[in-house]
Amino acid sequence: MTQLDPSSPANPEGHTPPKGGVSFYQAARGWKSWVFTLDHKRIGIMYLASVLVAFLLGGIFALLVRLELLTPGKTIMSAETYNRMFTLHGAVMVFLVIIPSIPASLGNFILPLQLGAKDVAFPRLNLLSYYLYVIGAVFAIYSMITGAVDTGWTFYTPYSALTPNSVISMTLAVFILGFSSIFTGINFIVTIHALRAPGLTFYRLPLFVWALYATALMQVLATPVLGITLLLLIAERVLKVGIFDPAMGGDPVLFQHFFWFYSHPAVYIMIVPGFGVISELIATFCKKPIFGYRAVALSSIGIAIISFLVWGHHMFTSGQSVVASMIFSFLTFLVAIPTAIKAFNWVATMYKGSIWLATPMLYALAFLWVFTIGGLTGLFLSTTATDVHLHDTYFVVAHFHYVMMGGTIFAFFGGLHYWWPKITGRMYNETLGKWSWVVTFIGFNMTFFVQFIMGAKGMPRRYYNYLPEFGPYHSFSTVGSWILGLGFFLTAYCLLSAIWKGKKAGDNPWGGTTLEWHTSSPPPLENFLTEPRVSGGPYDRT
Amino acid sequence: MTSMMAPSHKHGHDEPHVLPVSVYVAVWAALVVLTGITVYVAHFDFGSWNTIIAVLVATTKASLVSLYFMHLRYDNKFNLLILLGSLMLVAIFFYPTLTDLTTRGLIEPIRDLILPNR
Amino acid sequence: MSTHVMAQHHPAEYQPPHHFPSARAEAEASKVGMWLFLATEVLLFAGLFCAYAAYKTLYPEIFKGAHKLLDLKWGAVNTMVLIFSSLTMALAVRAAQLGQRLNTVKFLAITWLCGAAFMGVKYIEYSHKIHVGLVPGQYYDMLGFTREFLEKFPQTPMSEVERLARGAHLFYGVYFLMTGLHGLHVLIGMGAIGWVLVRAMRGAFSPKFYFPVELVGLYWHLVDLIWIYLFPLLYLVG
Repeated sequence: MTQLDPSSPANPEGHTPPKGGVSFYQAARGWKSWVFTLDHKRIGIMYLASVLVAFLLGGIFALLVRLELLTPGKTIMSAETYNRMFTLHGAVMVFLVIIPSIPASLGNFILPLQLGAKDVAFPRLNLLSYYLYVIGAVFAIYSMITGAVDTGWTFYTPYSALTPNSVISMTLAVFILGFSSIFTGINFIVTIHALRAPGLTFYRLPLFVWALYATALMQVLATPVLGITLLLLIAERVLKVGIFDPAMGGDPVLFQHFFWFYSHPAVYIMIVPGFGVISELIATFCKKPIFGYRAVALSSIGIAIISFLVWGHHMFTSGQSVVASMIFSFLTFLVAIPTAIKAFNWVATMYKGSIWLATPMLYALAFLWVFTIGGLTGLFLSTTATDVHLHDTYFVVAHFHYVMMGGTIFAFFGGLHYWWPKITGRMYNETLGKWSWVVTFIGFNMTFFVQFIMGAKGMPRRYYNYLPEFGPYHSFSTVGSWILGLGFFLTAYCLLSAIWKGKKAGDNPWGGTTLEWHTSSPPPLENFLTEPRVSGGPYDRT
Repeated sequence: MTSMMAPSHKHGHDEPHVLPVSVYVAVWAALVVLTGITVYVAHFDFGSWNTIIAVLVATTKASLVSLYFMHLRYDNKFNLLILLGSLMLVAIFFYPTLTDLTTRGLIEPIRDLILPNR
Repeated sequence: MSTHVMAQHHPAEYQPPHHFPSARAEAEASKVGMWLFLATEVLLFAGLFCAYAAYKTLYPEIFKGAHKLLDLKWGAVNTMVLIFSSLTMALAVRAAQLGQRLNTVKFLAITWLCGAAFMGVKYIEYSHKIHVGLVPGQYYDMLGFTREFLEKFPQTPMSEVERLARGAHLFYGVYFLMTGLHGLHVLIGMGAIGWVLVRAMRGAFSPKFYFPVELVGLYWHLVDLIWIYLFPLLYLVG
């Protein structure tokens, strides 16, 4: 257990806290109790629901893209529709799903609990952040209805400044979503600084909190550059300013600098919260403190800092100067250091641990497997010479799906299963959970592993048609996508059915040590009936 | 680092930290003088130093505003760290971007010398 | 030297939201939040400054030539106005710290008027630029530029003016984007000042609870800080 102060009335034994509080669900009822709520737990749940709906939408786009690629040439849709489909898939998944997935939904719910706080520092800002997310989503949907975007989620100029499609509404959507992300980041940083329970020093924080802190730093410092980039793109379309238009003396590569100055840190905004979840899972299910706690904690901050130095590795073939490419290539290799620190420390924690292979732990193991593949193939791409060959091929697609989907989404699912009893008070069906994990894992690897091979053989990404020699790979990948879809469907059923059919979970079903397991499931309105006091590390067991 | 990260619910010191009016007026006078200086030196052409001088004077003014008007000198040092951190990122943003713009085509002649068959 | 001032009479003891241990903790946390927001503003403008630096690097002659058509006099006046408003804003925060309601209101009102004056001057500048066609991108008027330039600098050789006229739209693009975004921030700042002004008139603030004034002050100073860089870069060196 987290070393609670023995004098604390909250927790004399180190487990079950005093009962008698009503859960936050019962504290208020009716639709107003959700729509106008300032409770971080309800906002977290609203985020979770919205993110999952967006995930369903983005997933449908993905299945349609894969279905189209089942055979060469036209299968179900025209080339124009196909271009819109992969753009929508990318934009929805990146901006509406992965970026808010762990921080805004699980983070919102869990962070104040892990800090022993009653709420986040600025509850109104938190609600505003959620509604900005909704408004952003509305703009994105409006853009889909009015012709959609066919630029790819990267909005590269000069094409994005010229295409007749509704780029502006999609750009505004992303701009607004950016502010939602910034406000969440500000809220989390201040909460972690100001609202920690007495005795909870920085080096006693759970690693999920450290990861959210690093993420929030990147959200706050990188997202504004995306904001100005998108404003410039809008200015380019409306006023024809010419900043990114070579015909008017502008430089389209400058747009890529601007875009990736945000979007590379954004890649870590997506994955670092996943690291945090994995640290929690491994500590709990190996029943051991994380090996090298401080190194893992600080490596999150290290990744946050390095993330700002490497954006040019997306631009090796863009016409960027060779000097800049060499600098960026060198700096990119540095990312491997803090990432490897994490991976090795997780494995070292598992060594001689008493490993409990519950569903969340299975997702953690899957994460280690797919993220290692995703991370190591990143090194191929950061080497300028190999990147010239692999750039804009399916190798890149496979690489970032191993990191974004295999990494972030598996960590997200692991976290969902882990905290589901805390959020709902109910336990999901463990057998069903394990089976859906098996199906998801197989489907994922079938879908994306072959993409490494066909990418290395030269299949370009985002192409509507392909040569017959790529046929078997594409068919295999498409069949894999169906299995993956089935896996997600099973997972959704497993979690949702638990709400109605699941057994009561108890306050601490996993034997977790961090503070959220020291309150009831679901927690009362202000999280703890008595203020917790902390006097030991997050994963210490007595 | 640790002291900056200390939780901010310290008790006591409940009274605000008030600076005398004279400090504010002095800072304002310095800002006016510096504005005069930067306008005056703009009449001379120092070549590429023009921009450097302008930025240096502006930074002096900005430091005065942030340290005194924005109380950073007396405030929680974490706030100063946030500002300096954001400025560091601005530098990180500018430097590689401008390096790219100014070094395009710099290496290619050397490469062609070593690998003439390309 | 600085002084610590005891709380004087104020209407009702301020109660912070229940999740903060004290009013002081709330104020400190809000200030950290505001500084983080200001950091995002710095980086938002950094994009425009980077675009400025990039095109100044690529086209130094054009930037140098085109900036001469900005009105240095109005730019300098606006600088003085904003610096003065920063002073009055700082004094407004000080008055709020001391619980001097009348002074708080007075200084906030002066600051707001300075903001309005700044926007007035910007209106004069913009309408002249738009009138003669010194505007970004497709609305830019090459003839207008040539006419203006020759009127101001009749000695310049025609070939030189023509060369400038062909590229100057990029400078005006950057000029309008930077000053436009800055002007938008002035307007938002005026809105925020108006909000605390009304609250100050109603006597909402006391030496224990004045952080909203302080936060608006920080925002306003940042608007000033950005102008401190915009003015020399655009009006003086180009």
